[in-house]
Amino acid sequence: MSLSATGRVWVFGHGITTDDMYPPDAMKLDIPAAAKHVFYNVRPGWVDEVGPGDIVVAGNNFGLGSSRPVAALFNQLGVGGLVAEEFNSLFFRNAVNAGLPAMTIPTATQIFADGDTLSMNLRTGQWSNDTTGVAGRVPVMPDLLLEIVESGGIMPRLAQQGYLPAELLTTLRSPAIAAAGQGRGA
Amino acid sequence: MGMTMIERILAKRAGVPTIHAGDTVTVDVDMTVLIDLQFATMWIEPLKIADPDKTAIVMDHAVPAPTIKDAAGGPKARRFAAKFGIERFYDVGRHGICHQVISENGLARPGEILACTDSHTCAGGAYNTAARGLGPAEVMSILCTGRTWFQASPTIRYELTGTLPGGVSGKDLFLHIANEWGDATNHNLEYGGPGVASIPLHDRRTIATQGAEISADFSTFGYDDVLAEHFDNLGIDTFEPAHADPDAAYAEVRNVDLSALVPFVARPGTVSRNGVPVTDIEPRRIDQAFIGSCANGQLDDLRITADVLRGRQVAPGVRLIVTPASQQVYRDAMRLGYLQVIADAGAVVTNATCGACFGYHMGLVGPGEVCLTSSTRNFTGRMGSTDAEIYMASPATVAASAITGRITDAREVEGQ
Repeated sequence: MSLSATGRVWVFGHGITTDDMYPPDAMKLDIPAAAKHVFYNVRPGWVDEVGPGDIVVAGNNFGLGSSRPVAALFNQLGVGGLVAEEFNSLFFRNAVNAGLPAMTIPTATQIFADGDTLSMNLRTGQWSNDTTGVAGRVPVMPDLLLEIVESGGIMPRLAQQGYLPAELLTTLRSPAIAAAGQGRGA
Repeated sequence: MGMTMIERILAKRAGVPTIHAGDTVTVDVDMTVLIDLQFATMWIEPLKIADPDKTAIVMDHAVPAPTIKDAAGGPKARRFAAKFGIERFYDVGRHGICHQVISENGLARPGEILACTDSHTCAGGAYNTAARGLGPAEVMSILCTGRTWFQASPTIRYELTGTLPGGVSGKDLFLHIANEWGDATNHNLEYGGPGVASIPLHDRRTIATQGAEISADFSTFGYDDVLAEHFDNLGIDTFEPAHADPDAAYAEVRNVDLSALVPFVARPGTVSRNGVPVTDIEPRRIDQAFIGSCANGQLDDLRITADVLRGRQVAPGVRLIVTPASQQVYRDAMRLGYLQVIADAGAVVTNATCGACFGYHMGLVGPGEVCLTSSTRNFTGRMGSTDAEIYMASPATVAASAITGRITDAREVEGQ
């Protein structure tokens, strides 16, 4: 997995919860079907518009709530990265552990608008709005976290280390298995 | 510079002398708790695990299984427990919401670290434990390696003075705090001060549990006589409590006079800056009332519920659902007569599970309905339809409101 991402931006507001992205009813479905529910309430129809490599930008307290595998749904939808002004720490850990690049940019929703192109590099902490030319740098996350993202998430690492069957290494990088790793929760 | 409770626990388990906010460490985890949901979705059985004696399995969210998908997880859990010799396996029948089972069995111990997939794992902070939800992939990793990482967050200290007035619970204290100070994203919460001694353990657990709703990392109480008695009753004495240093560095110290508190209600959507004293709440008519969850399905919550309902009837058109937090709570509440009183009042007493709290397999609310809940979350869509409104309050307030059919101050009902 790459520690950098460039993609088209979708901007969401403050306080998006896991119930907004992975409602309880969707927990009864498999990952491709569940992914159709992301933002079902706050932005109906978005899942039909989002494309591979797109980047979700959100406001403060992004991902408050349950330990549901929202990051896996984003992987399923082809989302290339998450940016927020502030992440709920459980949601942030889940993104890292699913190998999904995530970066905190304190004023992100003012810097980016729908359709802008965003570039970010977790290794350097650099980000830019390639549409407007605005750029900046944020603190780099600890090396251990970078290694997890670079490995494609924590499950492939476990296979590399001999804790999980080695033959699963490739499939462990798939969205469905990342979902299994993240499970469901309240 | 001294350390907060959480910094002290993380430092000890990381094997380093000191930790302060911003530091990242890898730590040994003392107890790892797996829940049913982890086995139900494409579970991958590990080839080796760190330590079966530091592992527990609790069937809680979707039991008895409401779907074939959930049912398929059971055999995988049983096979895994048998294969690796995991003795702490709380299968259906001796199950409960994991945080209740963790409490009853002393799995969260003072000064130790506990990991579990559920986001309300911060409940363990009531027992002076560094406990928090970590996501199943990470919990799988801890299960295998026995270790994980934390970046220490700044800590907010709540300095509590006075004593809680009668009829005011830990839920009310939490809803007051959430309303007054809002979210604590990427911060730890530490509760201390002379007022803590007067807060019963079940109320402490409600408060610690709900740290998740204001986006906190860890929520921790200190070790005191109340906890000493709790662990003495369990016959557990192998732990070293973590105390905050007098010169610990806090992001902020916030003072709360418990004596001045009144019952609180949170309006729909969030508990953060969204509450009012029950005396000021709009008297909305309610369709469903719920008392349960890891926050409020404890034995004392059911006792309080029974005390309010005794000799009264749930209002026509209202359904009151009461869900004990564990099989042990269920059996104790039955033995003590609480369930009889609750059922006689016209409430539905369900099996022990997370149940209506997470809107998955029972007790959902429909479009246009109003629910008053004593559980963990009032997010839009959390308990069913996104067109339903979810208010949140204490078990006493919920029980009183079920009787009158509108959001009601329990102190008025009790005075009748």
